[in-house]
Formats: sequence, structure tokens, C-alpha cells
Amino acid sequence: MNLMSTVIAGLSLGAIYALVALGIVILYKASEVLNFAHGTIAVLGAYVTARTVDILGFFGAVVAGVLAAALTALLIERLLVRKMANAPVVSLAIMTIGLEVILNTELTRQIGVDILELHQPWGTEAIEIFGALVPWNRILTIVFTFVIVLIFLAAFRFSSWGVSMRAAAEDREAAEIVGLKLNRIAIVSWATAGGLAAMAGIFLTGAPSAGLTSSLAVIALRAFPAAIIGGLDSVAGALVGGLIIGMVEAFAITFQPELSFLGLGLGDVIAYLVMFLVLLVRPQGLFGRKEVVRA
Amino acid sequence: MRNFISGPARWVVLAAAVVVALIAPLYLTAFWLQLLFSISAIAVGAIGLTLLTGTAGQLSLANPFFMVMGALTYVVMSSPVDETGKLIGFGLPPIVGMISGVAVAGITGLIFSPIASRLSGIYLGMASLGLVFLSLHILNNVTPVTGGYNGRRTPNFEIFGIVFGRSENPIVIGGVPFGRLEWLWYLGIICVVLGYIFAKNILRSRPGRALRLIAAGDLPASVAGVHVAGYKARIFFVSSLYAGLSGVLFALSIGSIAPQTFDLALALQFLAMIVIGGLGSVGGAVAGAAFVMSLPILLQSALSNIPLFSGGALTTAYLSKYVYGAAIILVLLFKPSGLAGMWDSLITRLARRKNSSSNTAVPPHQRK
Repeated sequence: MNLMSTVIAGLSLGAIYALVALGIVILYKASEVLNFAHGTIAVLGAYVTARTVDILGFFGAVVAGVLAAALTALLIERLLVRKMANAPVVSLAIMTIGLEVILNTELTRQIGVDILELHQPWGTEAIEIFGALVPWNRILTIVFTFVIVLIFLAAFRFSSWGVSMRAAAEDREAAEIVGLKLNRIAIVSWATAGGLAAMAGIFLTGAPSAGLTSSLAVIALRAFPAAIIGGLDSVAGALVGGLIIGMVEAFAITFQPELSFLGLGLGDVIAYLVMFLVLLVRPQGLFGRKEVVRA
Repeated sequence: MRNFISGPARWVVLAAAVVVALIAPLYLTAFWLQLLFSISAIAVGAIGLTLLTGTAGQLSLANPFFMVMGALTYVVMSSPVDETGKLIGFGLPPIVGMISGVAVAGITGLIFSPIASRLSGIYLGMASLGLVFLSLHILNNVTPVTGGYNGRRTPNFEIFGIVFGRSENPIVIGGVPFGRLEWLWYLGIICVVLGYIFAKNILRSRPGRALRLIAAGDLPASVAGVHVAGYKARIFFVSSLYAGLSGVLFALSIGSIAPQTFDLALALQFLAMIVIGGLGSVGGAVAGAAFVMSLPILLQSALSNIPLFSGGALTTAYLSKYVYGAAIILVLLFKPSGLAGMWDSLITRLARRKNSSSNTAVPPHQRK
């Protein structure tokens, strides 16, 4: 494998992680929840797409998948997170772990040992870039993610949703006092995060991977180290964290023979190793804000 | 409970419990002894976790990691020396293996406590999740120590010349030959009781109050004069000791260990236990361990006659996951104090009834 294709593989993998991590960051800012079920919501989106693709066609199925994921996230907010508004952050995180257990078990059971195909119209077509054969799926993933992240960076800065969300993340009580609708912010945030996760899931099942398998949730889980590395409260951090994880992983896979002293399957765990190193130096992540307290 | 059963009655209850624990192996079948011992093995780890996550509010998924450290150390120390050199074993007495297992888990806990003390709440949760994945990766690759994917056998426990396993002339008490499970039962009970008392003492004293303050937030705790980072590091260390002992016992209960037993799923089960039992409650952690560990087995025997569940699409392995996943959510939504909270309100209600029968001055609306 040459260097160029490794870089592109890293970029596209990183873009997928960034999409999921972006959702994690949005939820953390909007509701102060670390949603452990977020990786599985990505799988859910891909699953619904795979199941409906024969009836609705690919783009119809994508809409269905994204809507299903957004709706699920919305229901989680309405039925569970809202009810626990006064619970400690750790209790909320554990609640989403319970949710993750249920969702993940059900999806694993539904998918079983099958490989579900999503029939992406670009299929396995590849294009040659600097002598490296790159699947279109990867190019599209990268382009889509960068556009999305740019939109979100702008939205956070300029849109009223972004401004009010930042205000809410800063100080919930003060935001409520000046008349911001925390309810509405939370609803928009959860639906958006769910939809983004579904898109990530759909890209993740495209070439070069064969389709949707039950092991996808383990891969999606690595968006969490990405979000942590970037800093849980930073949109730009989600992008950078995702790209770091994606790159490191792609290189670990390419250079597996040279790195064999570190064991087989290094690519599966190196994300966590990087996360450790970052947390050692910066406990709040690369772009996360350190809480300065004057006591 | 202190108000409900007090004075001499307390000692009678305690003595009765000791007698029941002593004679239990005479009456329980191997199936129940096995289940109860594996519950006590896991309960020890759950007690440690509820101190860290429940009381101090530091989310940790690292229990399986420290368990595998304890379990592996025990197996390596006490396995017979392997002539072929495929697996490492030092042939030391099992009690030495057990103590060094707890010690090694504690030392790894100390190594990670600088990270643990700097991270708060959910950041620690993610970092500890990383520990589980990394340790799985490393351990699957050091075959001479772990046996790789196939794992390796746990050497029998042995103390005071009593072998906790099959022996040629076992001690026979009341017509029951005392073998592996009968002796392990006592070991399990002793470990749980000691772990319970130790945890209760921590919670009752100065460190316990400090830990509860830390759960309320780093700022209020430090304002009250609590050395936040120091306490976070120490409670992480204590919880890793518990997990180490739990790992040794768990290895003994299964009879063999493989790295992939100590995975993310086990970490999630531990969280389910302490949440269902009631976060921060030591007794609750034990009850939660009993609930989560016996759930698949109870479901199995309850549902084996219903065609949908017996070997059908919905196996009891899946079903028990749904049940404990749902239990986590329901407990946190409706009864955050968990089983411990339910027990307390039951006792209060009973005590109130006792009082109201002797004292008619209690207003009617307080009677339930």
C-alpha cells in the first residue's frame, strides 16, 4: 500500500469519526450528557437504510435512515434525558450506557452474522489519485464531512441556535433567565446529532468495507476517544480529534508488519492509546476549555 | 435496620446468619454453590466500584482490567512450573498468588491514579474504557503469560493444607465430602464480609465524607478543605484492590481464564450492578451483583418451557441483557437509590407500623 492511499484512508476514516464525535460534542454542549449510545445510533441509521433500500431506492433509504436515527435521538431526549434533568452528570452517562446495552443487543440480534448491503450508487468505483486507487466512497465521505463541519462551525458562531446553545452551555440558568428556549435547543441538537451519526454509519458501510455487519458498533465506539481527544466541548476539536484517530489508525494498519512487536490488530486499539497520551498532557482534551475556578 | 432490629436481637440475627453460612454447603447443591461463589467473586469488585463511582462520582469502566491483573497474577504465580516453557508458572503457594494478585492490581491502580486523579467524572469513564481495550489487546498477544485466546487453567486454591479441589481423601462433614465448591463457598463469604466491613468503615469515617463531597463537585469539596486530587487517587487505588481480589476469586470460580472474559460487556455489567443496587450503597452493590449474575440463569430456568425462548430467536443471553439494560434506565429514572433505597423504605414502613401499634398518637396520614 502506498503512502497516498493510507493518507486518504486516514482522512476518510477520520471524517467518519469526526461526524459521530461532532454529535457527541453537540449533545454534551446542549444537555451535558455524554451519550454512550451515540455510536449505536450510527449503526441504527445504517441498519434502517439497509433494510429500506430495496423499497425506497438508495436516496430514499438514506432519508429514512437519517430520520430514524434523528427520531430515536429525539425520543431519548424527550423520554429519558429530560426526566433526569437534575441527576448528576455521571448518572446520566450511566443511563445512556443502559440504553446502549439495549440498542446494541437488539441491533446485533437483528443483523446476526449477515452482511447487509446498502447499495451505494457509487458502489466500489475507484479513482486514481497520485498513483493510489481510492474508492469514491472515501472521497465523498471526506468532502461531505468537511462541508458539514464548516456549516456547523458557522452555525455555532452566527445562527441563533448556535449562539443560544453556546449560551446555554455556558450557564443554563442565566440562559433561561434571558429567555432562551432550552427545550427547543435540546430538541434541535439531539435530532441533528442523530442525523449526523446516521450519515457516518452509512459512509462507514461503503467501500472498501463490504457492508453493514454487527461489528460496526465497535468501530463507531472509537468516535468517543476522538471526541475526548478534541475536547468534549469543542466543535473544531471533534474534527481534529476524529482526523487524528483516523490517521493514526490508517497508519497502524498499513505499517502493521513493521509494528508487529506491538501485537496483531493494533489498528483496533491505537485510538485508545492516543487518547491516553493526550489525557496525560491535557486532561480536558486538546481544544477543551479548562474550567478555571477561583476559590 | 439499626432502628428496626436493635439491642440483643441484632446479635441473634447475626449469629443465625453465621450459622446459616457455616452449614450452607451441607445443604446446597453444586449448582447453587457455584452460582453463589461467582456472585461473591463479582460482588467484591462491585463493592470497590460503588465506592469509586457511586460515592465519589468518578465513572469507571476499568474493573475488568484490574480483575484480569489480579486473576493473571494469581494464575502465573501459583501454576506449576511448566517444563515445556510454553506457559509461565512459578509454582508458589496459592495464598501467595492471591495476595500478589491483589497487590499487582493495586500497583497498576497506583500507576494509573495520577491520570485518574486529574480527570473528573466522565473523562475518567472514557479513559478507563481505553484501559479495558488496551489490556485486551496486550494480553491476547502475550501468550506465555495468558495462554492467548484459549486462556489457561486456574490452579486450585489451597490454604492450611486444605486443597480446594478434588483430593483422594476429602474431609467429610455430615456425610458431605468437602471439595472445591464447598471450600470456595467459605472463601467467597469471608471475602465479601471483609470487603463489606472495610467499605462501610471507609464510608463512615472522614474519607467517606470527603468522597461524598467530591461527588458534589470539585469546587465545593476543595472549599471544604478536601484534597480532591489526593482522594480521587486513593479511592481509585482502593477500588483497584477490590477488583484485583474479585479477579482472583472470579478465576477460581470459572476454573480457567481467558483475556476476552474481561471485556467491555463485563464493565457494563458492573455498572448495572451498582446502579441497580443503588449508587454508593455497599449492601446494594452486593445485591446488585446477585441480581445481574443470577439473571441469565433464573431466566433460563423460568423460560425454558416457553417455545419462543428455548433455543428460539430470543435466547436468554439476549434477554438478560435487555433486562439489565432496562433495569439501569428504570432505576435511574424512578428509584435512583436502587435496591438499597427500596430496602430502606421497606424497613421504615415496618418500623412505623410497629410504632403505630404501640403508640396511637401517630397521625393517621403517617400510617401506611
